[in-house]
Amino acid sequence: MDDNGRETGVVLTEEQKRRRRMRSIAIALALGALVLLFYVVTIVKLGPGVLSR
Amino acid sequence: MSLVSAGTDFRAPLDAGGLVEPSLATVGDYVALMKPRVMSLVVFTALVGLMVTPGHLHPVLGFAALLCIAIGAGAAGALNMWYDADVDAVMSRTSQRPIPAGRVLPREALAFGLTLAIGSIAVLGLVANWLAASLLAFTIFFYVAIYTMWLKRATSQNIVIGGAAGAFPPMIGWAAATGTLGLEPALLFLIIFFWTPPHFWALSLWRAPEYARAGIPMLPVVAGQAETRRQILLYSIVLAPVGASPWLLGYSGALYGATAIVAGAAMIALSLQIAALGDNDEGIRAAKRLFGVSILYLFVLFAVLLIDDWLGAPGRVLL
Repeated sequence: MDDNGRETGVVLTEEQKRRRRMRSIAIALALGALVLLFYVVTIVKLGPGVLSR
Repeated sequence: MSLVSAGTDFRAPLDAGGLVEPSLATVGDYVALMKPRVMSLVVFTALVGLMVTPGHLHPVLGFAALLCIAIGAGAAGALNMWYDADVDAVMSRTSQRPIPAGRVLPREALAFGLTLAIGSIAVLGLVANWLAASLLAFTIFFYVAIYTMWLKRATSQNIVIGGAAGAFPPMIGWAAATGTLGLEPALLFLIIFFWTPPHFWALSLWRAPEYARAGIPMLPVVAGQAETRRQILLYSIVLAPVGASPWLLGYSGALYGATAIVAGAAMIALSLQIAALGDNDEGIRAAKRLFGVSILYLFVLFAVLLIDDWLGAPGRVLL
C-alpha cells in the first residue's frame, strides 16, 4: 500500500478471490479428510487400546 | 498457486510474453488434472482385484487402499497432462484441458502430481503393505516415464506397451488385500493388457488426423487405417480367450465363463465388421461402436467376476 492508501501489489479481481477461496476450502476439506482417515486407520490397525500400550 | 507479486520474474510457459496472472484455476481444474474418468475405471478394476482375493481385508483398510490407488492414478494423470501440454494444445479433444487452456501452470500440475504420487504411495504402504505400494509406484513411473515421456511419441506400439500401466490396478488391489501376487491377478492384468489396443485403436481410427497434427505416431498415422483394423481384429481374437481364462482355469464360475464368451464374441464380431468396412463414414461409425462396446466389455467382465465371486463360485476354493 502506498502513502495514499492505494494497493500497489497484485490486486485480485473478485473472481480470482472467489476461486482462491474455493481452492482453500477444498484443501481444508482434503486435510480434514486425511486426519479422519489416519485416525480411523490407526484404530483399525492397532486397536482401540493403542494409547494404553 | 499463482498468487505472485508484481516483481516475480517467472513467466507462463504457454505465454512467454508476459508475467503470470494470478491463478484462475478452479477446484474442478485440479479434479480434471486427475483424469476422473480414467480414475473411475482404475478404481473399479482395483476394487475387483481387491474383492476377489481369498484373503480378508478390513473394509476401512480396503477403502483406504482403494483411495490410495485412485489418488495414485490421479497423480499419473496430472503428470501426464504436465508433460503432454504441448500435444494436448493442438488436439481438439484435449485443448481445453487445464494446462493448455492456461488455467493451471505446468509447474503447478507437476507439483500437484508429485505430491499426490508420493502421498498415495506412502499411505498405501502404511495402510496395506509395501508390495502394493511398490506396484503403485511402478505403475505411476511406467505411465509417466515409459508411456508418456517415451513410448507415446516414439512408436506406434505406444498404447500396446503403455497399456500395461492401466492393467496394473487389479494387481495392486490383489496385493493390497493379500500381500502376495499369483496367477489370478496376472490374468486380470492380461485381460486389460489385451483389451487396451482394440479400445484405443478404435478411438484413433477417427482421431488419426489430430494425432498426426500433434506428431503422435499412433498406428493409423504410421501404418494406415487398414493395418490398424487388422491389428484391432487380431487383438480382439487374442482378447476373447484371455477374457475367459479365469473361468477356463477354474478361478471363476459358469456365469463369468458364459459372459466372457459372449462378450468376447461381440468384440470379435465388431472387429470383423470394422475390418470389412473401408475408411468411410460407415467404418468410422463401426469404430465408434467398438470403442463404446469395449468400455462395456471391460466393465461387464469385471462386474460379473465380482458377482460370480459373491455367489461363491467353486473356483474360489482353489485359490
